[in-house]
Amino acid sequence: MSGFLLNRLSQSIVLLVIVSIIGFTVLNLMPGGPLAQFGLDPGMTQKDVERLAEQLGLNRPLWIQYLDWAWRLIQGDWGHSFRDGSSVLTVIGRHLSATLLLMGTSTALAIAIGSWIGIRGATHRYSLFDYCATVGAMVALSVPTFWFGLIGIYIFTLKLGWVPAGNMYTIGDGSVLDYLHHLILPSLVLSLVHVAIWSRYMRTATLDALSQDFIKTARAKGVSERRILLKHVVGNALLPMITLAGMQLPSILTGALVTETVFTWPGMGRLFLDSLGYSDYPVVMGLLIFSAILVVLGNLVADIVIATVDPRIRLA
Amino acid sequence: MTKRSATSNYSRRDALRMVAIGGAASVFAPNLLGKPALARTSTAKPTGRVIVGLGQEPTVFNPLMAHIEVDDGVHFSVFDALFRIDPQGVIQPNLAVEVPNQKNGGISEDGLKWRIRLRDDVRWHDGKPFSAEDVKFTLELIMNPNFRSWRTAGHALVRDITVISPTEISWRMEEAFAPYLSFLTETFIVPKHILEKEANPSNAAFNQAPVGTGAFKWGKRVPGDHLELVANLEYFGEGPHIERLVFKYIPDLTVLYTQFKSGDVDLVGQPYITPDHYREAKTLPNRVVTLVPRASFESFYLNLERPQFKELAVREALYAAIDKEAIIQGLYYGVPAPTETFMPKQSLYYNPNLPAHEYNLDRARKILDKAGWVPGRDGIRAKGGVRLSFANSTTSGDPLREQAQQFLQQTFAQLGVEMKISNLPAAVMWGEFWQQSQFDSVIVGSTYLIGADPDVTNRLHSRSIAAKGGRGSNNAQYANPEVDALLDKGARTFDPEARRAIYHRVQELVRQDLPFLPLYQSNSVQGQKKGISGVMPNGNTRTESWNALAWHWAS
Repeated sequence: MSGFLLNRLSQSIVLLVIVSIIGFTVLNLMPGGPLAQFGLDPGMTQKDVERLAEQLGLNRPLWIQYLDWAWRLIQGDWGHSFRDGSSVLTVIGRHLSATLLLMGTSTALAIAIGSWIGIRGATHRYSLFDYCATVGAMVALSVPTFWFGLIGIYIFTLKLGWVPAGNMYTIGDGSVLDYLHHLILPSLVLSLVHVAIWSRYMRTATLDALSQDFIKTARAKGVSERRILLKHVVGNALLPMITLAGMQLPSILTGALVTETVFTWPGMGRLFLDSLGYSDYPVVMGLLIFSAILVVLGNLVADIVIATVDPRIRLA
Repeated sequence: MTKRSATSNYSRRDALRMVAIGGAASVFAPNLLGKPALARTSTAKPTGRVIVGLGQEPTVFNPLMAHIEVDDGVHFSVFDALFRIDPQGVIQPNLAVEVPNQKNGGISEDGLKWRIRLRDDVRWHDGKPFSAEDVKFTLELIMNPNFRSWRTAGHALVRDITVISPTEISWRMEEAFAPYLSFLTETFIVPKHILEKEANPSNAAFNQAPVGTGAFKWGKRVPGDHLELVANLEYFGEGPHIERLVFKYIPDLTVLYTQFKSGDVDLVGQPYITPDHYREAKTLPNRVVTLVPRASFESFYLNLERPQFKELAVREALYAAIDKEAIIQGLYYGVPAPTETFMPKQSLYYNPNLPAHEYNLDRARKILDKAGWVPGRDGIRAKGGVRLSFANSTTSGDPLREQAQQFLQQTFAQLGVEMKISNLPAAVMWGEFWQQSQFDSVIVGSTYLIGADPDVTNRLHSRSIAAKGGRGSNNAQYANPEVDALLDKGARTFDPEARRAIYHRVQELVRQDLPFLPLYQSNSVQGQKKGISGVMPNGNTRTESWNALAWHWAS
């Protein structure tokens, strides 16, 4: 196990270095840059722009900028945002909780609803429910989330007045109920795609488990269908789901770009979009590295959990 | 900044003099930030809250650091400048007790010595008294090479700052520079007693929780969501009347409008309601939706160093081929107003006598024929080996501008002119591509003035061509010796009447030379709930929240 961990850790470091070099290079080679936003300011002279470039260290050769950034990163300094001067970790931390709340809720919803639909679809194969679930999943996967979001706002906010138009809470309120009220629409909209994915995977995994010999044996022994389903089928079907959940970890933390924009949610997705729009390199790089670490961690955790759950798998 | 206010934009005294002559509309101008209907009685506590919806997030709270328009609303509320500019373009005292000019001795006859008297009843939000030392510190901080300051133009000319007393300060200018008074209306004073202790003021904690002298104090910020300011009960002026001022960040403009409709937002700030929602917005119950002229001006901007555009005949022909009215009415829902110049129509310096544009394709053809631009085999005109073909760029993702481009592309094609569309994201577009004149032509909406001052040296002087090593943003690479001389003279002249003649002539010359083809002056579609009073658009500032201290809810 420790050998496995060491091996994976060294692979991960190499991966992070490669990701950072590519990310840094691509970002810095984009024309424009962080000072482009001042291009239309009537009072900013060319000298002002050059002075700012020097203060931000943007006039140095790219490789020096990268080494400087990487060296600071190793020392725990993720740099400072070009926009407001705050440290990158502070900026990320400020947006993380909002994303965790939204994505956590929608993921929990997606797993619960998706698993139920998947298992029921598998156990009632070719029923009306199964067909409806299949078609519903296709629709949810094909239609863009922002469309669902805007339609949801139009129907449930403007027409019916049931839920707020967006935002994480009402300014001046912020009670638990208020948070929950604001959470309903975005988390449901966001969970739609994941419900579709989970239900399809779960259906396949359940069908696969149902066809195994040990299920037939259990049935021959007279074990009840309910017990077979709960004890044997779901447990086995969940194994591939752990990998899926591990792979979804980064997306849970890095947020949902479009949903956060449509619902005015102050999370990581919007932070990424804004930072990219302003060419705020330190924040974009911070988010990139943060996501890369999460991908690596997510996969690692999934591997370990699977090995723990399934004794046939050995980590080496 | 109005034709009605046919007076100086420099002093209250001048304004009052001209009001007496007949500028009836200016009557309320000197009092705008003062007492009349907007004032609360000294015992009344500020009440209520106004939520301003913004399309970009304010993130820079130190007003001296490089920032963008959207940050201004916070700066105007938390801080004060020495002077403030009102909607008529008249400069009013703010932290200063009067606006200096050559008549009252605040500015010497040669324009080089400035002396400012300050209020003695101002306190910082932390209770410390404000004094001339803070002004000195502010002006010096701007020029500190290690500080990430915003605009340095004008400030770079300041020498020998002397604190005469806690309420009086003077300095010498390296050369006479009349626009500096306007620059100072956007230069907010920061507290010396807090920032002088910082080793690196660019990363100071102050920048995330500023302390000012303004009508609102820092409340709290939820990054990515909103920012809350609270009433400063010790404010030296009249106001504030509302207890809380909230800037809410809503990046998607459709969602911004939806939240205005649903009532989540009380007032729509930058970038306001999109033109396509204007008609519907006007019909919303309990909302007030108005068109407000802005100082921003949209043009078909040319790079004059491109061989295609060097000849005036080509520029004239292209201008004649632009059906402005169709673009404004058909694409922009009639929201903007056609113009012939970069100067806002509301400005004292606006020249109303410029030749009017006329859409006439036949005339355009004749101009090109006469100038020897003959259609080649491919139907594209050419002369001396130069094809009349060029690229046009604008910010991608702006559907209205993209439609305008396609419309122009088709019209120009009828003339035998090839226009290729090549759009870029904003972060790319306005970087080197724009700043170093790497484009053929662009469609751009930009402001030429700082405050209400008519000086456009940075945009139109041949010394300001960055692509040729200049220090400004004359990206069209426009060079006309007469314009240069006029601009130099204008910057040294303090008398508004004399300046008016100078900038009228500049506009005439620019209209004649057509370094850019003027399209329209922008109007913003501003919306607010019916109960909010005191909101007063001011095209001389970049924010709708410049006078939030006067806002209040009708009881």
